[in-house]
Amino acid sequence: MKLRQIAHSRAGDKGSTLNVSLIAYEARTFRHLEAHVTAERVRAHFSEFVQGQVTRYLVPSIGAMNFVLQSALGGGVTRSLALDAHGKSLSSLLLEMEIPDPPEMPGDDGS
Amino acid sequence: MKTTVRIGCGAGYAGDRIEPAVELAEHGRLDYLVFECLAERTIALAQQAKAADPAAGFDPLLVDRMNAVLPICRRNGVRIVTNMGAASPEAAAAAVRRCAHELGLIGLRVAAVTGDDVLATVKNGVFTVAETGQAIADTAGTVVSANAYIGAEPIVEALARGADVVITGRTADPSLFVGPLMHAFDWRANDWPMLGRGTLAGHLLECAGQVTGGYFADPGKKDVPGLARLGFPLAEVSRDGAAVITKVSGSGGAVTVRTCKEQLLYEVHDPSKYVTPDVVADFSQVCLQQDGSDRVRVSGATGMARPELLKVALGVRDGFIGEGQISYAGEGAEARARLAAGIVIERLNLRDLDIADLRVDVIGIDALHGSDHERARPRPYEVRLRISGRTSTLRHALGIGGEVEALYTNGPAGGGGAVKSAREVLAVLSTFVPRDLVPCRVAIEEA
Repeated sequence: MKLRQIAHSRAGDKGSTLNVSLIAYEARTFRHLEAHVTAERVRAHFSEFVQGQVTRYLVPSIGAMNFVLQSALGGGVTRSLALDAHGKSLSSLLLEMEIPDPPEMPGDDGS
Repeated sequence: MKTTVRIGCGAGYAGDRIEPAVELAEHGRLDYLVFECLAERTIALAQQAKAADPAAGFDPLLVDRMNAVLPICRRNGVRIVTNMGAASPEAAAAAVRRCAHELGLIGLRVAAVTGDDVLATVKNGVFTVAETGQAIADTAGTVVSANAYIGAEPIVEALARGADVVITGRTADPSLFVGPLMHAFDWRANDWPMLGRGTLAGHLLECAGQVTGGYFADPGKKDVPGLARLGFPLAEVSRDGAAVITKVSGSGGAVTVRTCKEQLLYEVHDPSKYVTPDVVADFSQVCLQQDGSDRVRVSGATGMARPELLKVALGVRDGFIGEGQISYAGEGAEARARLAAGIVIERLNLRDLDIADLRVDVIGIDALHGSDHERARPRPYEVRLRISGRTSTLRHALGIGGEVEALYTNGPAGGGGAVKSAREVLAVLSTFVPRDLVPCRVAIEEA
């Protein structure tokens, strides 16, 4: 499945560094996301953009993680030639990532 | 002393909507209304405006905003804090006093906070650009502005001295909120856990509509009602730093745990070390709970000692960017766009223009997220070719859009809707200076 089915996201920029959050709609899928959406997978998924380090930070208390991608925005909003110089639309790219379906859990109603 | 402070955010960027701020001032039962209007680049542009005209250099919408909210804030006892002073807090304060005078708000006390402009300091010192390692002194001719991110303390001083309106320049975004909270609750400047909590409230509020359902909607997955009438947020902050994020009843949008989570991590790197001039805040253990309709209870933030060095936003002249766009439609649209791109590239080479980087996008295919073909299918009915490049002169930048426009009579069939543009690039880079080199000053005058 695509991440978009079980998580939401927002991207932000500081200079040429991009951050993209990934937030589980339901707390119970957070561990599944943690297992499958690693910094390495995100680096590969964003390989057309990121030139520097990719770091993942976990915030289990809100069922979320935050990816920080260094040198990912072509010099930042002020000097990038890109149509989306902020990289704001990159949250949608993260949500296109394919991961295995989460294991079925008691109480799932199939929705 | 108050047990709860109600603090609202009336703008999340320089061009933000004005009516939601009026709604907050009118119906929010606020103690403070904050306008955050200064992005990384805005301050550098404002410094250029000030260089051209010493009476300019503050937010172009300052007077419109003040005309809209000052009478209501005066009537309801709401004090205003804003970084709309940009490069010229004193000129902005004078403009607010004139505005108050015209509105008959005699005696309104307007404070200007100055000291964030450190251009002379960084040009004459031994500082390096953080991103490049280059010495600033070696490139001083291209550095047009240097503004330190300053903290909440000057705002606390202004409020303690009775200011009704506090106008600052490059105050850090969350500090605009931390200042009023420190003043109201008498939080000490080294009470790191409290400043961490105040910073979390400020961080959630600072982008205005981005926590009340703006920049969130995704039909079918995340629906948000009333976005044309989006309400801006306010926080009910307790003395212990816990807060409830909410909005004016009846306004558009939604405040939910989900909207708050997205904003919590927005423009954050390490959630356990969110660095501001006031504190290194820790958001890693934050707890968010829905507390009724459009109310989210926020707790669990803390903080550690503030940094000794202040970040400085440097505005640096960095050449020019030229751009042109043109559209193609129907069967073969992409092939014609690719042909057009090839023609423009060959023409730019023939004309020997000095272009450092050239970028070709086919909007509808690969402009936003690159050329991964799985993502690019299915092919759209229409595409838009966009060619942009970096040059050392404005004349060469204009040449790029010019060649795209010339596709009308010289390029592939059916091109339409060509536009062209060229602009100077003001890159924003950063450096760090010891905080004792950034003395701030508060000046208060009555309207």
